[in-house]
Amino acid sequence: MRALVWHGKEDIRCDTVSDPEIEDGRDVVIKVTSCAICGSDLHLFHNFIPAMLPGDVMGHETMGEVVETGRGLKNKLKKGDRVVVPFTIVCGECDQCKRGYFSVCQKSNRKKHLADKVFGHTTAGLFGYTHLTGGYPGGQAEYLRVPYADTTVQRVPEGIPDEKLLFLSDIFPTGWQAAVQADIQPTDTVAIWGCGPVGQMTIRSAVLLGAEQVVAIDNIPERLEMAEAGGAITINFDEENVVERLNDLTGGEGPEKCIDCIGMESHVSPSMPDTVYDRAKQILLAESDRPHVLREMIYVCRPGGLISIPGVYGGLVDKIPMGAAMNKGLTFRMGQTHVQRWTADLLRRIEEEQIDPSFVITHEAPLTKGPEMYRTFRDKQDSCIKVVLKP
Amino acid sequence: MTNIASFARLSHITRSEGDPKVLQSGPSSSGVPDGLARALGWFSLGLGLTELVAPRRITSALGMDGKETLVRVYGAREIASGVLSLSVDKNLGLWSRVAGDSLDIATVLTALRSDNPKRGNVAVALALLLGVTAIDLIDAQASTARHSRAVGRKRSYRDRSGFPRGVQAARGAARDFKTPADLRHAPALAAVSPSTSAA
Repeated sequence: MRALVWHGKEDIRCDTVSDPEIEDGRDVVIKVTSCAICGSDLHLFHNFIPAMLPGDVMGHETMGEVVETGRGLKNKLKKGDRVVVPFTIVCGECDQCKRGYFSVCQKSNRKKHLADKVFGHTTAGLFGYTHLTGGYPGGQAEYLRVPYADTTVQRVPEGIPDEKLLFLSDIFPTGWQAAVQADIQPTDTVAIWGCGPVGQMTIRSAVLLGAEQVVAIDNIPERLEMAEAGGAITINFDEENVVERLNDLTGGEGPEKCIDCIGMESHVSPSMPDTVYDRAKQILLAESDRPHVLREMIYVCRPGGLISIPGVYGGLVDKIPMGAAMNKGLTFRMGQTHVQRWTADLLRRIEEEQIDPSFVITHEAPLTKGPEMYRTFRDKQDSCIKVVLKP
Repeated sequence: MTNIASFARLSHITRSEGDPKVLQSGPSSSGVPDGLARALGWFSLGLGLTELVAPRRITSALGMDGKETLVRVYGAREIASGVLSLSVDKNLGLWSRVAGDSLDIATVLTALRSDNPKRGNVAVALALLLGVTAIDLIDAQASTARHSRAVGRKRSYRDRSGFPRGVQAARGAARDFKTPADLRHAPALAAVSPSTSAA
C-alpha cells in the first residue's frame, strides 16, 4: 500500500510499504477513505517531538471502512462498517478509561516502559506519533490497523460526507474539550490564541457553548477572516498589542477563560523578544518548547480565571511566570483529548446541523501529493488552513 | 538522520514486528534548496570549528598574522550560521551566511597587498569565497522563494462560518450540554455580582 512515511526532519515521503495485518483479536483493518494533516503533525515534521524512527507512518486523523476484523471484538463491529478513528487508542477497560480519561489509557501504549520513564507514568497509545506513545503506524495511508478497535473507533452513518465527519477523529473534539474544560459561562470572555484548525474548532465550540465574547488571536489574515466568520472578535498581533486589546474588550479585567491552541511552536518575532530568546534556547537544545502564549495568557487572564491548553507541548519550557499564576489563583486544564468521551455527542450535533466542521477544509489532494501538502500547510502557502488527503 | 538513528539505538526503540515496512521510497517533501541548505550548514560547522581551534593556520596561510582573535570570532559566527541553516529557520541561516561571506571577502581583501608574500594564497581564498558566496546567494534566494507564504492564491474565508444556520442561531445552541462534574470551574463573577461582568 502507499503511505506517508517520516524519514527525518522536513522529510516526508509517499512510500510503498507492506500492508497491515490483524495482530490481535480486537484489531480491525480499515480501508482509509479520508485522512488529514494535523497541526501536531508539523511538530513531527520539524523533529521537535523525540522518539520518531525513520520509516514511521504518519497520520492520526483518519476515517474509512472496516475491511478485516479480529476474532475477539467485543461489540458488533463488522466488515463494511463506516468508522471514524480517534487519534487516541483506548482499551475501554482500565481505570482511566472507565472514568472517561481516555487519553491516559493505561493499557493501549505498547511502549509503556518508554512513557513511564519520560512522563513518569504511561499515557494512551496514539496513531502516527512518537514511540513514546506506542509508535503505532498512522492513518495517512491506504490501510490502517486499529488496535482495541471495539472501544477505539466511532461508527458513523452513511449519507453524510467524509468531510463533515473526519474531524471527529481529532480537531473537533479537541476544540470542544478545550472549550468544555474551560467551563464556559454566558458572561465569559473567552480568548483563544491561534486560529489554525484546532483554534477554529475551539472558536465554534465556545460560540455554541454560549460565551458572551469569543476573541481570536493570530497574525495570518485568512485565518483571522475565518475566525471572524465563525463569530469571533479578532486580534492581529502584528498590528495590535494583545494584552491592551484584551483588557479593552473586558473593561480592564482580562478574559475569564484563556485557551492556548498554539502549543510548543509559538510564532517568533523580534517584536516579542521572549520568542527570540526561546528560539535561541531551542536551537541550542536548552529548551524544547516555546511558551510565549502561556506567558501571555497567565499575564492577561482575569484573577480566578482558567487556562485551557489543547495545544501540544513536548518537553521543557522556561521562564513561566508561576508567581503571577499562583497569586492570581489561575486554574490550568490541559491534556491530549479524551476523544471517545465526546464523539457521540458531537456526531449528533453534526447530524442536527448545529455545526458543519468541513468549513475548515481549504485543500483536498490525493495521498500521493501528501509530501507537497505538508510543505504547503507548514509554509501557509495558497491560504492553506486544513488539508484533507484521499488515498 | 544519523543522530536520530543513534538515539533510537541508544534508547532501544524499535518498530514492532507487524508494522508496515518501507518497500519502495517516493519523492521527499524536502527539495534541492533544502538539501543544499543542510550541506552548507554542515560546511559552516566544519569551517567554524576550524577557525575556532586553529586560527593561526589560517592567518599564517594568508599572511594575516595577528588576526587570530578576529578569525575565532568569525568561527563563532560561522557556527551560528551553520546551526541556523540546519534548523527549520534555514532561510535565516542562509542569509546570515551570505552576510558572513561579505565580511569574509572584505577581510581577506585587506590581505591582498603587494608586500604580502602569501598573496597567491589570498587570491585562491578570494576565488573560493566568491564561489561559496554565489552558492549561498543562489540557495538563499531559492529557499526563500520555495518557503514563502506568498506562493499560491490569496483566498477569502469570510463565508466559512461552519454554522449551517448562521452565527446568531449558533450562539448558545449547545447550552443543553452539561459540563461534567470533573470539569466545572468557579461560578462566574457575574453570578455573584452583576456589576463585575465583562464590559
